[in-house]
Amino acid sequence: MTMLATDNDIMNKAEAWRREGKGVAIATVVETWGSAPRPVGSHLVIDNDGNFLGSVSGGCVEGAVVTEAVDVIESGAPRMLEFGVADETAWKVGLSCGGRIRVFVEKVD
Amino acid sequence: MKLEILAALNAEREARRAAVLVTDVASGEQRLVREADLAADPLAGLLAERLRMGKSGMAETPAGDVFLTVQAPPVRIVVMGAVHISQALVPIARLLGHDIAIVDPRTAFATADRFPDAPVYAEWPDDVLPKLGVDRYTAFVALTHDPKIDDPGLVHALKSRCFYVGALGSRKTHARRVERLMAAGFTEADIARIHAPIGLAIGAISPAEIALSIMGEITATLRRKPEAAAAAA
Repeated sequence: MTMLATDNDIMNKAEAWRREGKGVAIATVVETWGSAPRPVGSHLVIDNDGNFLGSVSGGCVEGAVVTEAVDVIESGAPRMLEFGVADETAWKVGLSCGGRIRVFVEKVD
Repeated sequence: MKLEILAALNAEREARRAAVLVTDVASGEQRLVREADLAADPLAGLLAERLRMGKSGMAETPAGDVFLTVQAPPVRIVVMGAVHISQALVPIARLLGHDIAIVDPRTAFATADRFPDAPVYAEWPDDVLPKLGVDRYTAFVALTHDPKIDDPGLVHALKSRCFYVGALGSRKTHARRVERLMAAGFTEADIARIHAPIGLAIGAISPAEIALSIMGEITATLRRKPEAAAAAA
């Protein structure tokens, strides 16, 4: 049976991917305003092929986070992303719930 | 995040020890503070408070804005009784991201065949519970219906800081259990920690439905009153 990924699986997967020699980034929800689908501290881990596990929203912004994460893996510099209803990115990949979130993306080195 | 820090974070979780990861969000610099080393940290007060609340979040410090990843050990459910309800509890607990362990000294019940996805201990509660470490991130559930097995488990649970204690049985069965526990020296307040009859009142009939009602009650206890749980800790 395939089970839903838990925080346990997610962070263990990040470590396993890195040990296999893959480029890996961890995205973490660090702040939320209003109605946000995932609480502060939620993780999404991404490898350099764009595979990912976990979530930082209800699926609304994961695509954008994965794209940014691949850049972070290449550059090595962490990034703070913000998604909400008020900016242009939000119009493309916004949170339909009307909330706003900040996501910190860092490389595992 | 350095791989060593990620590995240490995973190791602490595996060992059921709390830790806080401090991330400077401007530079990306990080340090991992284990619960045991917390008092010596420059942010000791702040970290202790966040750990007690069990909540990750941003914080302002003299050195700049930091994000605190609070990693409390995963919730674990310790079940007395390798019974039908327990078989249904395992996948529900797993789905919710909890650890679960089954204890039953009756070797016909406590088999890996019946519980392929959970550790099963075919031992007496007095022998196995001290090893498992019933901590404040543990929910204790007694399901054997047999006082010889459930009672020593309950005695251990009531002496521990576990956040939930539940015991299967009718009101009548529970009344007799209360008498035995009083005779064993527990106070009414101690015994009031036991959820009995166990589970939310959803009219559960099948073992799977009873497992669901138990898991619902554990979730409610875990999520509804974090202040109360923290105060008891």
